[in-house]
Amino acid sequence: LAKSCPGQETVTLYLRGVALRGRRPRPAPPSTSPPPASTSHPIKQEDNLTETRLVSHSQITRLYSRFTSLDKGENGTLSREDFQRIPELAINPLGDRIINAFFPEGEDQVNFRGFMRILAHFRPIEDNEKKSVAVSEPLNSRTNKLLFAFRLYDLDRDDKISREELLQVLRMMVGVNISDDQLGSIADRTIQEADTNGDNSISFNEFIKVLEKVDVEQKMSIRFLH
Amino acid sequence: PLPPSESTPNQSHADHGHGSSAVGGIPVVTFKWHHVETPYQVALWILVAGLAKLVIEANHHVTNVIPESALLICFGFILGGIIWGADKVQTFKLNPTVFFFYLLPQIILDTGYSMPNKLFFGNMGAILVYAVIGTCWNAASLGLSLWGCHQGGAMGDLDIGLLQYLLFGSLIAAVDPVAVIAVFEQVHVNEVLFILVFGESLLNDGVTVVLFNVFDAFVSLGGARINAVEIIKGIISFFVVAFGGSLLGLVFGLLISLLTKVTQKVKIIEPAFVFVLGYLSYLTAEMLSLSSILSITFCGVSCQKYINANMAESSVSTVRYVMKVFANGSETIIFVFLGISAIDTEIWVWNTGFILLTLFFIFVYRIIGVFFLTWILNRYRLVPVEFIDQVIMSYGGLRGAVAYGLATLLNESKIKEKNLMICTTLLVVYFTVILQGITMKPLVNWLKVKKAAVSELTLIEKLQSKVFDHMLVAIEDISGQIGHNYMRDKWNQFEERWMTRILMKKSVRKSRDCVFKVFHQLNLKDAMSYVAEGERRGSLEFVRNESAFIDFKKKFVDDCSGAMPDITACMSDDYSAIRIDQVPSVSLEMHEQNMKGVRETEDINTHHLLQQHLYKGRKQHRHRYSRSHFNVNKDENEVQEIFQRTMRNRLESFKSAKMGVSPPKKISKHTKKDQQQKVPNGKSTENGKRYFSGDEGCMIGNVCIPLTPFPLGPAGIENPAYIPDLDPMAAEIPPWLAEYDAGPVAPSQRAQLRLPWTPSDLGRLAPLRISTRSNDSFAQADAPAAQQKDDEPPTPSKRDGRNM
Repeated sequence: LAKSCPGQETVTLYLRGVALRGRRPRPAPPSTSPPPASTSHPIKQEDNLTETRLVSHSQITRLYSRFTSLDKGENGTLSREDFQRIPELAINPLGDRIINAFFPEGEDQVNFRGFMRILAHFRPIEDNEKKSVAVSEPLNSRTNKLLFAFRLYDLDRDDKISREELLQVLRMMVGVNISDDQLGSIADRTIQEADTNGDNSISFNEFIKVLEKVDVEQKMSIRFLH
Repeated sequence: PLPPSESTPNQSHADHGHGSSAVGGIPVVTFKWHHVETPYQVALWILVAGLAKLVIEANHHVTNVIPESALLICFGFILGGIIWGADKVQTFKLNPTVFFFYLLPQIILDTGYSMPNKLFFGNMGAILVYAVIGTCWNAASLGLSLWGCHQGGAMGDLDIGLLQYLLFGSLIAAVDPVAVIAVFEQVHVNEVLFILVFGESLLNDGVTVVLFNVFDAFVSLGGARINAVEIIKGIISFFVVAFGGSLLGLVFGLLISLLTKVTQKVKIIEPAFVFVLGYLSYLTAEMLSLSSILSITFCGVSCQKYINANMAESSVSTVRYVMKVFANGSETIIFVFLGISAIDTEIWVWNTGFILLTLFFIFVYRIIGVFFLTWILNRYRLVPVEFIDQVIMSYGGLRGAVAYGLATLLNESKIKEKNLMICTTLLVVYFTVILQGITMKPLVNWLKVKKAAVSELTLIEKLQSKVFDHMLVAIEDISGQIGHNYMRDKWNQFEERWMTRILMKKSVRKSRDCVFKVFHQLNLKDAMSYVAEGERRGSLEFVRNESAFIDFKKKFVDDCSGAMPDITACMSDDYSAIRIDQVPSVSLEMHEQNMKGVRETEDINTHHLLQQHLYKGRKQHRHRYSRSHFNVNKDENEVQEIFQRTMRNRLESFKSAKMGVSPPKKISKHTKKDQQQKVPNGKSTENGKRYFSGDEGCMIGNVCIPLTPFPLGPAGIENPAYIPDLDPMAAEIPPWLAEYDAGPVAPSQRAQLRLPWTPSDLGRLAPLRISTRSNDSFAQADAPAAQQKDDEPPTPSKRDGRNM
């Protein structure tokens, strides 16, 4: 990420251009050739973006226009407030958690690259990716998807879901008709289901293990529009 | 002329018997076969079909290879042969009226009612494409190809025109839900593949009936008079019939939901409403010449959620079982009759070209249609349908009774070759159901089709899948697109805000939460396995006491309903105090030192315990259902109580664990013992309480809840000091008997003591959770009560014991 910081402005500019072009009525098919403005400079940037594995140009274009429309401060980054302005997130029980997931530890701004990096977790796994032996694990692999989900619980980032952390999420998820006592018992039981080493918390490995039957690849994938 | 209704043969028999005996003078015995002929035959047929199924099911090694539906058809062949041998004429065959009015609706209602809704609507687009476009493609391509071959002279001299070919194509185009369910239920393919095939077969039935009607009308109209207007009218009627039928079904579904909201007073006939209204939706659609199959499907789909929530638990299981009984019975009868219908010389008109070409084209066009449509769909699907799945889909194109029923409906005056069409339809049905049915399983295994995962019910999976849902919606919101998840979220909100409010009982609506529901179910399972474990051990000691305990508590709760949670909280407090009595020799220090070790062994024990009896589903059910037949409320209360108590206990153990404080009361234990001796009858109950809480506390809270206050809980059972307490006589009395005499006595003192303090219980429950200090308030609140009773310990000592 740090490597990309100097070139960030160019990315933005470049993408702004693409975004403008993308807004024209011309429908963008999924796998078009690189846009005509492909000098060597933007292609390099584009490679960087492809690393986030949202390959298609039209997708990047569309998401960039979304990014800029969210970016009310027009400074090329999104703040928490920008996210919180999305009305639907206010009524999503996990809205704030998910907003948090966009921000790396200790930062309160996210640039387009970081934005895409998070969204890339939700790209479906494609057939050719399953077979190809990638050097680094792609962001949309099963493990990374699960890690993302795990981080939603794990607020203090100690790689464990403690009872309190679980209880917080449960409180957001269930209705008000469930009393605190009942919720506490639910949390206990949930931990009990997953906890294998008896430390009264769920580690990431335990998390993977207990969800191994769940079709995470499908349940944590979105078909991004073009 | 009695209608050949299945449900009333005996009744009508009796009625007729009475009527005629009055007329016929004074004959002692008369033989009146004709009075009872029709219902009698119907009843006999049901019996025969049922017996056939029984015999077939008994041979498991055969049904593993050959699907049941194929065997039933073969059985029909044999039966038909016997009848033919006796009568020399075909007496029985599948009559379209009987099939469409009495056999089919139940099957479709059942499938609609037990439809996995999320999966179904999640794949709705694909299902619709297969059902509508795929079926039209099948019908058109088959009709046109056959016509082409006819023109080419492949079939010799046949009096069939293009329209008739298209009519034939439309009747045989549809994949049959009955046949598909019968075959696919035995091969457990993955759920997406199943829902695609199954959903298609359901919806395309509606489509095919519509197509059939349209082409039938065209044939009646005659080729010359069909112009563009008529064709457009046909297309419009197609949509009207399909959507009108679905809409009508929805209306009826909502009607059922509304009705079940107010039927708690008539629990016994509550389930009947579901069936009657479901059937009425079918008949109404038929009356309005809308698609009746679609109507009853959507009726089932739309009402399932609300009626399951609104009706009493026993009514829900009644509906579920009776649906299955009807559906399974009809299915069996249909297959048997499909076999019997073959034994008829009249329909066997052989035309090699026509029959073989039909078989060939059906097979080939199905494959082409599936692969082409999937290719298009896969461009839009999040998870593409894999190649192997496509193979299974195209191979799973089984035709069945609907096609045959439609074929027999053909009008012989307009279609000269009706018998050839029936004959071909039957052959296609046999070919697909028997041959493809038999080869389906090996094919699935050979191609290594992804099978359905058998998943256990776990809280974390449920929670996580909800988290996933919310997460996907949030990401779609952030990325600013209106996708599948967005739509579903919007629908859920709408449903929550309007439909649920209108259609669900208020009480149910409040207590509804899916995570909580899973928790509840798991608790029920635990409680039941706990009982089963006791029965298995043979001693029944702790089971007996548990039941007594339940009874005691129920009575108690009935007396003061409303304040229950608070009281249970108090009671569980008391029990934890009592339980410590079991191990007077162990000091507190030892508790704390041995805590870890003990907990581990407990964990092993309880894991073992749980594992052992979680598999015993049968026993659990017997225990649970034996009572629920008549006394519904009792069972419900019981379950509710087990559940409540479990949670209180867990909370208790958790609380103590968290505070790191064991609440043993050394002084109070003596008084408790005194108390027990004073009330000999209540002793067993008290024991039970101890036993119960000790065992349960560790069983359910096994891993994560450290059982700080009662580390020797399970030891209570083996504790030799304890065994003399057991009353040998009482041990032999089954729990449900024992509870009666033990119940009323035991609660009296404590219960009555507690009652006046209920309001203050409420107040002090909250601080209780927060800190250890709150124990003081608890104890102080108890204090006056304690003084009222002579043998209660003085308050300060109690507090000391707790805070130690």
